[in-house]
Amino acid sequence: MTALSLKPTNAEIKEPSNPSSVDSEKYKMIAENVTISYDKTPAVKNITMKFKERSVTALIGPSGCGKTTFLRCLNRMHDMTKNASVTGKVMIDNIDLYDKSIDPIYHRRKVGMVFQKPNPFPTMSIYDNVTAGLKLNGVRDKKILDEIVEDSLKMAYLWDEVKHDLKKSAIELSGGQQQRLCIARALAIQPEVLLMDEPASALDPIATQKIEETIMELKKEYTIIIVTHNMQQAVRVSDYTGFMYLGDLIEFRETKKLFTDPKHELTAKYVQGQFG
Amino acid sequence: MTTTSQRRQEYRNLFKQNVEKRLLVDKVVRIIVFACVIIAIIPLGSILVEVFKNGMSALSYEFLTEAPGSIGSGEGGIGPAIQGTLIIIGLSSLIGVPIGVMSGIYLSEYGDNRLARSIRFFNDVFMEFPSIVLGIFAFLMIVLVLGHFSVWAGAFALSLIMFPIIARTTEESLKMVPVTYREAGTALGLKKWVITFRIVISAAKSGMITGILLSVSRIGGETAPLIMTILGSSQFFSSMDVPMDALPLRIWRLSLLPYDSAQLQGWGSALVLIIIILGINLGVRYFFANRKNGILGQLVKKGLHAKN
Amino acid sequence: MGKINLKPQKPGRRPIADKLFKIGATVAGVYVLVMVALLVFQLVSESYPIWEEEGLSFITSTDWNAVDGRESFGVLPYILGTLVTASLAMLIGVPLSIGIAMFISDAPPKIGGPLGFLVELLAAVPSVIYGLWGLFIFRLYFKDWVEQPLHDLFGDSVFLFSGTPFGLDILTASVILAIMIIPTVSAVSREVMKAVPQQQKEAAYMLGATKWEMFKLAVFPYSKTGLIGASILGLGRAVGETMAVTMLIGNATGIAAVPSSLLKPSQTMSSIIANQFNEASPASLHLPALIGVALVLLLIAIAINIVAHLLVTKMMKVKEGAINN
Repeated sequence: MTALSLKPTNAEIKEPSNPSSVDSEKYKMIAENVTISYDKTPAVKNITMKFKERSVTALIGPSGCGKTTFLRCLNRMHDMTKNASVTGKVMIDNIDLYDKSIDPIYHRRKVGMVFQKPNPFPTMSIYDNVTAGLKLNGVRDKKILDEIVEDSLKMAYLWDEVKHDLKKSAIELSGGQQQRLCIARALAIQPEVLLMDEPASALDPIATQKIEETIMELKKEYTIIIVTHNMQQAVRVSDYTGFMYLGDLIEFRETKKLFTDPKHELTAKYVQGQFG
Repeated sequence: MTTTSQRRQEYRNLFKQNVEKRLLVDKVVRIIVFACVIIAIIPLGSILVEVFKNGMSALSYEFLTEAPGSIGSGEGGIGPAIQGTLIIIGLSSLIGVPIGVMSGIYLSEYGDNRLARSIRFFNDVFMEFPSIVLGIFAFLMIVLVLGHFSVWAGAFALSLIMFPIIARTTEESLKMVPVTYREAGTALGLKKWVITFRIVISAAKSGMITGILLSVSRIGGETAPLIMTILGSSQFFSSMDVPMDALPLRIWRLSLLPYDSAQLQGWGSALVLIIIILGINLGVRYFFANRKNGILGQLVKKGLHAKN
Repeated sequence: MGKINLKPQKPGRRPIADKLFKIGATVAGVYVLVMVALLVFQLVSESYPIWEEEGLSFITSTDWNAVDGRESFGVLPYILGTLVTASLAMLIGVPLSIGIAMFISDAPPKIGGPLGFLVELLAAVPSVIYGLWGLFIFRLYFKDWVEQPLHDLFGDSVFLFSGTPFGLDILTASVILAIMIIPTVSAVSREVMKAVPQQQKEAAYMLGATKWEMFKLAVFPYSKTGLIGASILGLGRAVGETMAVTMLIGNATGIAAVPSSLLKPSQTMSSIIANQFNEASPASLHLPALIGVALVLLLIAIAINIVAHLLVTKMMKVKEGAINN
């Protein structure tokens, strides 16, 4: 277990290393000392990370490093996993997600999520998939619904492909289209943060490229946190990158710096493709 | 982008502040759903308690082994009924299980044509045939032709209840085995029947056995088709060509008698029948628990995971 | 060994073994078709005398008299008795079952497991034992705590609750039927709900759904087919159910069996067969009449199932697509 001996202290790595730009902007989401355990075995150890508004943060690291687990805890998706426990704080706009007195429903409105595999509601049409979350929130006005559907699908770069058959069943779409539909569905509830769990891993290169273009556009308005296996993808889409290894956050900096000038030996090895 | 962040904020403002109301509805639904469980468990629990409580006082060695005494005397036992039930379960399984399993294999492995579709259709419909109609069918086919009641008629009637259940559960279990298993077998150059029996069925075994069990416990308690096929008797089994007793028949006949002693014997018989049927269930569960880590439905989950 | 054999291996053997296997499987598959054909043929031909004698009035009349010389047979009361009891049982049993399935499929394994196990075991309770319990235990409580208050409340003014509550009537039989279909319907529904992929549920939660909304968004649409299938299983069992009903419905015959109040005795098609089959002489019209009842019962059961089946296959198409996603 050389990894543990190489592990730097949190103080060294937890801040993105560009204080001047950090101070001038707002942090949308802050995770403080988050530890996530399954049956008492920690999968994510004491991670502190801050996510700036209108930025893309990528989480990279080898399989099993806890990056997906961490991502899922950012909108309390972990409540659904049996035997999982979370300690620490996750603040969004200075409200603690894990405050027991607040139902996660309140937060999930603000934090959209896109999963690894496209999971549109198969029995619903494209239109109904996008409006599902709006209807939960009591939006019934057809004109507003139409407007948001168009806006969300445009944001997800799907509009042009489906605008003529919104009544089509969601499962008739291709895998890449389905994933963009899922992005549109998440955007429709007007979240402020978008979590993406390897959104392109099940897709072909062309679809992947489309998803990446979507992300680049979305970051103009959203705080995006994306888990990816693909380092090129992290370089292409993200402003900041966190490298995780065996549940620890090893290094968290601006993407360019992390990839060109990794501070940590493990990061360097991973970035150079020596393991993973 | 066509929509500005201001517009977005307007959208957000349109959202009804309805979370509290929704959470309340959710809570009410949770309570209702839990109440459903309680409502179901009260009568079901009561059945078990009453059968065990009342049945225990009827139980004795004589009760289990002797033939019934004269009507209303409260003497004798239900030996012939126990024996008859075991015989009829065995015989009908002998007919119903092979037909059901093979039929399920056909539907799963060769089931992509019009014939199979109509078989599947009729199989589903047949499963819903009232059991008493199947009893009449067996009566017409065997009892009426032979001119006397027959154990075979009873077994035939019950096998008709069994085989569609087994066919369907077999088909469903086999279908859940991922195609890759079959492809792996084909890639190895194995014959189709070898693939089916050695690979597919062994992967689908627990689902199939659950189906067979389901059908056995179903027929073990069947009464209606036996009325017109084996009639019921006070004698131990002597020949396939004379009436035979069975526990469900005995329970019914006893419940019709106006004597307390008969009612008590009815509870005793019910206890024995429940023990046999639950015993079959638990026995196989236990057997599978040892080999499959106690998860009978594991295959179902696996199969569906593979699909998604 | 070592050399790669490019020749197709053992030509001829493989087709024959597999062909035999296929033939065996096909024969077993076709068995059900043969049985259906034989069954319908037998019922029609053996009940022919009664159709010849009574014609359509066999279905539409309410007389039932097996006494020699005054023979008259009409099934209408029993058709109505069957439909009324089975529908009531569905009305009570299916919502309860779906509630149970929702609870169990969603409960943590420590609670859901044992409850599911219990429900599964109770599905094995034979109908004659439900009958025994209904006759000697349930009926007594039900009469005092439900039927009598209902009767006192509405009296003879509301026809549904007229008559003297005695516990051997349509309502008791229907409630027992409802209890009987609960294990089957809830067990199947539970499995169906459990089969809904976790990703579907997460998609709903991600949108901010409550648990109930998650069921409405993700679970019910995905499992609709299976839930309908489960309900059909319940209806089928209720329509064809014999023993418990026979023991509890009071066994009226003829015009008295026409359902007029929930608190009056009636008779179903299956219960009249169970009650009278062994008394019927093959020489008289009584036996053909009972076989005729069986034929009508069968046709009704088939009709219910075909309607439901068409519904299911229509929905199946949606679901098959979903599996590929």
